[in-house]
Amino acid sequence: MMKGVTLLQKKSLLGVLFVSPWFLGFIFLFAIPLYQSLVYSFNNLVVAIGGFDTEFAGLKFYEEIFYKHPTFNRLLMESIVDLVINIPSIVIFSLFAATLLNQKFRGRVLARAIFFLPVLLATNLLTIEQSSDLATVAQTVTGGVDGEGLKSSELEALMLQSGFGSGITSYITGSVNRIYEIISHSGVQILIFLAGLQSVSPSLYEAAKIEGATSYESFWKITFPMVSPLILTNIIYTVIDSYNYNKLSVLINDTAFKALDFSLSAAMSWVYFGVTSIILLILVRAVSSKVFYYD
Amino acid sequence: MSFLRKLLAYAYEVSFLRKLLGGIVLKHAVVRAGATVTRFAQEKQPLIKMQHWAWILVRATLVTGLCFVILYPLFFKISISFKARADMLDPTVLWIPKHFTLENFRFAAETLNYADTFVNSLFISLLTTVLQVISCALAAFGFARLKFRGSGILFALAVFTIVVPSQTLMIPTYLNYRFFDIAGIIGLFTGTNGINLLDSYWPFILQAATGMGIKSGLFIFIFRQFFRGIPKELEEAAYIDGCSVFQTFYRIMLPNAVPAIITVFLFSFVWMWNDNYFVSLLLTRIKVLSTMLPTMWTATQFEDGLYAYMIKNTGELLFIAPIIILYMFVQRYFVESIERTGLVG
Repeated sequence: MMKGVTLLQKKSLLGVLFVSPWFLGFIFLFAIPLYQSLVYSFNNLVVAIGGFDTEFAGLKFYEEIFYKHPTFNRLLMESIVDLVINIPSIVIFSLFAATLLNQKFRGRVLARAIFFLPVLLATNLLTIEQSSDLATVAQTVTGGVDGEGLKSSELEALMLQSGFGSGITSYITGSVNRIYEIISHSGVQILIFLAGLQSVSPSLYEAAKIEGATSYESFWKITFPMVSPLILTNIIYTVIDSYNYNKLSVLINDTAFKALDFSLSAAMSWVYFGVTSIILLILVRAVSSKVFYYD
Repeated sequence: MSFLRKLLAYAYEVSFLRKLLGGIVLKHAVVRAGATVTRFAQEKQPLIKMQHWAWILVRATLVTGLCFVILYPLFFKISISFKARADMLDPTVLWIPKHFTLENFRFAAETLNYADTFVNSLFISLLTTVLQVISCALAAFGFARLKFRGSGILFALAVFTIVVPSQTLMIPTYLNYRFFDIAGIIGLFTGTNGINLLDSYWPFILQAATGMGIKSGLFIFIFRQFFRGIPKELEEAAYIDGCSVFQTFYRIMLPNAVPAIITVFLFSFVWMWNDNYFVSLLLTRIKVLSTMLPTMWTATQFEDGLYAYMIKNTGELLFIAPIIILYMFVQRYFVESIERTGLVG
């Protein structure tokens, strides 16, 4: 049916066919909206019953965000700080958990099943952290059924006495106090690390063992370099994932659909996107030079 | 809740003890300097054995501790949902209610309008999941095996789509579905500014079928990595036996990609089910669970804060129950198949 066409050409033609549904979506539901959103952020968008109209406004909305908006700067700063604090905790914790789950022990299947549960339940709809006003009401009424939460004051004292700096101590105890939050945001990352750990060839460990390496040494000399590309992947994923539980996202939503200020919301989202891309670029630059690639 | 505190102190103690014991054993051997002891140490390796057992202990403590932290809120919710109001105030009731009741469930289901919203949620989630699996697998197969000029760049763009926050696309997406039109064609026929697709399932169908649903870029990535891991020989054998590319795709590649399909299916379903952003953006009349849940308890809040809190927890339990049931069935394949999901290289 297709004469004069080599198999390779035929295959690449079919390749275009296979990719085309995605490509249509990419153009019409991603690229064009992305461009439109940028345009809207520079224009005054007025939505009427029959349609919508734009009139050029220049940098007005960006100025409004930075100079006039009461909460945007603070929330932006907060979300950046949260992100920077969360990334190391989540990446380290997920690597640790993956290493733990990768070992052979009784009940491993059950433990794995439980560790991936937060992937399913990680949604801002559930108030598991017990931080809402309602929870406080309930706690005062019930005499604190769920107690004080998980606290680590003794660990703090212990670390300070053994000569750790106060900065690192408060970071670690802070992470321990937020253990649920960290676990619930590191499900996919554990999965990625686990898949990576399983793809490390056992012969490497065997060779190291014959040479007399302890398991501690082989972790740092084999496991860590082999999964280091995934650290990059996981950092990127953590940043992307943070879009979902960010306070800034709520503000952007509310600005559009409660205050009905579409252009302002578009401008906000572009500032947010810009800042996160800068953070991502810096992180990728910093980490990718340290990453070890096997092949 | 001093559990974690104890756990950490314990881990510290064990590692300290390990060193101490190791030191004693070594010193013992040096002082005696007897060949017997050295031989004993070499043969039985008490130090290594001790280390081994200490590590097993630490690991068991850590795993159970972390599992506890994960499961605690779930147990907490389950416990609350079966309690009568009197049990909440009764200090002698901790976990197991004295007045076992299903009243909370009845009331929560009523305020959530559970029968209808559950069906809507299930319909949207299943529909988008199936479409997303198909579209992402197709695109990924194209990227993995049918190379054409520029396919590398397109794949990079596919992954790039998940880096852009959905908020950046929010307003154009909303307006495009509000005044839906393809290059002005529909407008020509109806004479209006396109048709209103809000409050219908069409936006979800369109997004999912074109691989632009929630985190589709990630799914394309997973599928592509997996397809690349399937040996080329398998595919070539199929071609030699006279399979077309399509036949190879659904007879050879898809049956081999079951672990990837399960992973993508589960993620896609769960993220759609949990999604509050798209459904509240695009649906107002059609009610789904994730839009009902945040406000369901507010009606009771002013009369009785405690009761509202109980209802809220019960509602959340009703919300996550289907996912947990699904997970129970899929979990076996999911957990065991990670090895082969090809998530990595």
